[in-house]
Amino acid sequence: MSMRDRFYRSAAAALQDDDRVAVVLAEIGVSQMPKHPRLYNVGIREQLMIGVTAGLALEGYRAVAHSYTPFLIERPYEQIKLDLGHNDLGAVLVSTGASYDASTSGRTHQAPADVALVSALPGWTIDVPGHPNELERAFAQALTGDNRVYIRMSEESNTARADGMRLSVIRSGSEGAPLVLAVGPTLSPTLEATTDLDVSVAYLSRVRPFDAEGLAKAVTGTDVVLVEPYLAGTSSAEVARALADRPHRLLALGVQNAELRRYGTGQDHRAAHGLDATGIRSSLEEFLVPSGH
Amino acid sequence: MATAEKHSYADLGPLMQRLTGDEKHDWSSASTLDVLWVLYDRVIGPDDRFLLSKGHGPVAYYAVLAAKGFIPKDALDGFGGFASMLGYHPDRNLVPGVEISSGSLGHGLPLAVGVALNGRRTFVLVGDGELDEGSNWEAVQWAGRTIGLENLTCIVVDNHTATYGWPSGIEARFALEGWDAVRVDGRDHDALEAELSYQGGRPRCVVADIRR
Repeated sequence: MSMRDRFYRSAAAALQDDDRVAVVLAEIGVSQMPKHPRLYNVGIREQLMIGVTAGLALEGYRAVAHSYTPFLIERPYEQIKLDLGHNDLGAVLVSTGASYDASTSGRTHQAPADVALVSALPGWTIDVPGHPNELERAFAQALTGDNRVYIRMSEESNTARADGMRLSVIRSGSEGAPLVLAVGPTLSPTLEATTDLDVSVAYLSRVRPFDAEGLAKAVTGTDVVLVEPYLAGTSSAEVARALADRPHRLLALGVQNAELRRYGTGQDHRAAHGLDATGIRSSLEEFLVPSGH
Repeated sequence: MATAEKHSYADLGPLMQRLTGDEKHDWSSASTLDVLWVLYDRVIGPDDRFLLSKGHGPVAYYAVLAAKGFIPKDALDGFGGFASMLGYHPDRNLVPGVEISSGSLGHGLPLAVGVALNGRRTFVLVGDGELDEGSNWEAVQWAGRTIGLENLTCIVVDNHTATYGWPSGIEARFALEGWDAVRVDGRDHDALEAELSYQGGRPRCVVADIRR
């Protein structure tokens, strides 16, 4: 079952089990969820979706809003900034579509800068699950709080779940070996790309707040490679801050800041951005040569 | 929170004069004064909610909040200062009694819809110029013809400052979307009280007509 299907199932169950939960949709997802008195479909009105979410939060509800990434984050960005952030209200935003899941739909349905945008606002927890099981865990945890949480779902999934709420080292290289930090669904291709390399591979699904302490502890050499499934460099400043006490080199892989103007499959796009195993391997070989690894 | 000291409408002028520095919004603020006073003095109960969407020119709002004891009157003197709780746009996290932070136009009405979904009697004040913002109409459409949110009242202070105006009238546009819409003299306190207190089976739009 995909992350998206897990989300609909979990949200429907939460509406049944928890009187505090309300769900606000803007058409997307309506046909996948059973009717409920606290499930509101505002039509194709995304600014209203966030405004209503904030209004429900004012009344004490744990409100959940959901849509495709560009319609959840980019179109109502000012509502996210003000209705939720400036009012200091909590809510759970859950997107589907990630960077290029809607590959045949083109740029209009793709928002690789979403995490960068939400990161630019204070007080957000951002989860990028790499597996449907991780999505369920992140969503369940989000419902128990009162904070502002953005959960970024993806059709891409790692082959197995991992614990990425804090940085965890999945594979250890030798002392001083480069550290490759994979975020969300980039873990499986990263592991495949590094099978025979002397590198450590770490995993993170909660990217904000960023586990700076975990990164500082995991880095034993000078070279760090960040692999993110959204706009390349989104977490570069976080890495720099975490490693401010030592000289280091950083390669930030991710979705390029470019208009591909291509359709095809998600896999096509992943490859085009150098985020499949072949692309990650190629970037690593180019980056690591100067340091002798 | 109610003040032990009783104030009247006549006290609002002197209170407003203590708030200096945002004179360019004097008319924006003054045009809301009567509606705000009637709401706080005669209409709103402890379980109701009032959201000021038109956060531009909050001088009258702050004066009413001070008159009603939500904020100390001495706070008015520091308006816009670094240490003041009172900015040129209200912040709910700083000012007791303020339900939403506002200033960017077109946010209050959608928020009010969310509040009203909880069944609470909810009032929101917008301006005729603010209605240019499309986000308002997302809320007007959905709250009106889609769900008929009868416990929601939108007060439009029509001070005739919208650059392109509203040909055929603001209330006609709300009515088209299923609202019970009326126009009232925005300085007539008894008429305002009557229209703001009325609750039918549809969301209510009260256009308060204000002229210089």
